[in-house]
Amino acid sequence: MAMEMRLPVARKPLSERLGRDTKKHLVVPGDTITTDTGFMRGHGTYMGEEKLIASVAGSVERVNKLICVKALKTRYIGEVGDIVVGRITEVQQKRWKVETNSRLDSVLLLSSMNLPGGELRRRSAEDELAMRGFLQEGDLISAEVQAVFSDGAVSLHTRSLKYGKLGQGVLVQVSPSLVKRQKTHFHDLPCGASVILGNNGFIWIYPTPEHKEEEAGGFIANLEVISRLRNCIISLVTQRMMLYDTSILYCYEASLPHQIKDILKPEIMEEIVMETRQRLLEQEG
Amino acid sequence: MASVTLSEAEKVYIVHGVQEDLRVDGRGCEDYRCVEVETDVVSNTSGSARVKLGHTDILVGVKAEMGTPKLEKPNEGYLEFFVDCATPEFEGRGGDDLGTEIANTLYRIFNNKSSVDLKTLCISPREHCWVLYVDVLLLECGGNLFDAISIAVKAALFNTRIPRVRVLEDEEGSKDIELSDDPYDCIRLSVENVPCIVTLCKIGYRHVVDATLQEEACSLASLLVSVTSKGVVTCMRKVGKGSLDPESIFEMMETGKRVGKVLHASLQSVVHKEESLGPKRQKVGFLG
Repeated sequence: MAMEMRLPVARKPLSERLGRDTKKHLVVPGDTITTDTGFMRGHGTYMGEEKLIASVAGSVERVNKLICVKALKTRYIGEVGDIVVGRITEVQQKRWKVETNSRLDSVLLLSSMNLPGGELRRRSAEDELAMRGFLQEGDLISAEVQAVFSDGAVSLHTRSLKYGKLGQGVLVQVSPSLVKRQKTHFHDLPCGASVILGNNGFIWIYPTPEHKEEEAGGFIANLEVISRLRNCIISLVTQRMMLYDTSILYCYEASLPHQIKDILKPEIMEEIVMETRQRLLEQEG
Repeated sequence: MASVTLSEAEKVYIVHGVQEDLRVDGRGCEDYRCVEVETDVVSNTSGSARVKLGHTDILVGVKAEMGTPKLEKPNEGYLEFFVDCATPEFEGRGGDDLGTEIANTLYRIFNNKSSVDLKTLCISPREHCWVLYVDVLLLECGGNLFDAISIAVKAALFNTRIPRVRVLEDEEGSKDIELSDDPYDCIRLSVENVPCIVTLCKIGYRHVVDATLQEEACSLASLLVSVTSKGVVTCMRKVGKGSLDPESIFEMMETGKRVGKVLHASLQSVVHKEESLGPKRQKVGFLG
């Protein structure tokens, strides 16, 4: 058995760790961004007393004449076409309420869900009564955002075979701002596991479906791969790195020399993420 | 207890993992998460400690005040426990039940002669004694509350410094209590025999130590074992709505004793190391 107790160590500021010259312009609500009135104001800013003032805590982004503040820690804000992973919280009359780490619970209408067998018909009263048979409270689903209501609530749909109820696996909850927007969010990693990077910060790691056939040996190997991936994702998130398939894969490969449970130790976490960062920079440059 | 909702498939995955001795975060069934302990974090208490066990964050403050001894034990001081759940899940009155449950468990494990030498807390028999008010604050709940709280209480008691007082008798017979002038002249409690709680959760056919919130949601029954540094069990309690076989209770108790001894040894070495750094050490505190 292993037991490790230690004294806490003060965190080093991020810029010192990276040794970067470009420092991000960080603001808190109420900070003046600029007094120049020539700029257009984007999200996270407002005009007051001839100055542009920030309304959220985050970093200032500037694109030509548009200034906006990207919040560092925020709830998920839905956009049409995003892939999300959510948990069913309620079963209501013709819809399910889904928790997606946003300000309001998202909605999955019964009519937005595919019937088993792929029939196309109007949902009847029997379908309504059988709703709990499809999805219960606590179930996890992957879905796509169909529409965003005026109050910000998100309406989901699972009208494709790749979406739907999720089976065995591990869920990791991270901040939505750390998930990079990409063409596809369903990745089959070469190490033997698959990953769904939900835009809302819910990351689902599961064994790649073909491997499910081999029960005994394959299962234990899968457990190790999934645990290792989970720890790698948590270490990337702790070091505030963007999550996408390449960064997760490089982090996985960097962590192979260490034991799975050691990945979460602060020193080893820093070492692994530093290596990942270097590899990503090399790949870009 | 604060709990997370999990789907059935997730629970099956966790149970399978535990059967193979490989939990979701790569630990074995008897491994603890990394623990961070720091004492003397609150300046206006007699002793304090903060323990971070994964996502569980506990702050304990000990205040020594003068009071009258209890009638049935006139030569001893006593300890009073109070637990406050300050996490957002327990808004308003929600945390009261959990708080009283934890406080009652702490009373039980300290309710024997050998845990803390209460005679050192006596100032003058039947009249004055020290009462140690131990306040536990739950800052964040990430599973395995009892273990973290007992570690924090032991560290805080180790850090407690009670001012040395003398009782002076006048000619008329009235007693006066005099505090010594030197602020560093104080008595320390011996925490050699203070027990720590080890929670063993039954998941599937095996039991795990230091369960996370997700693992606690998969376990129907748990055993709380209070163990001293020598491996002596002072108290045992079963929680949860499931049932436990007497054989598994025996196995879990043996695991608890084994794990408890290692827990005490690590805690001892960390608090001694912290003390050896002296009063000039860099305190990390809450903003570190």
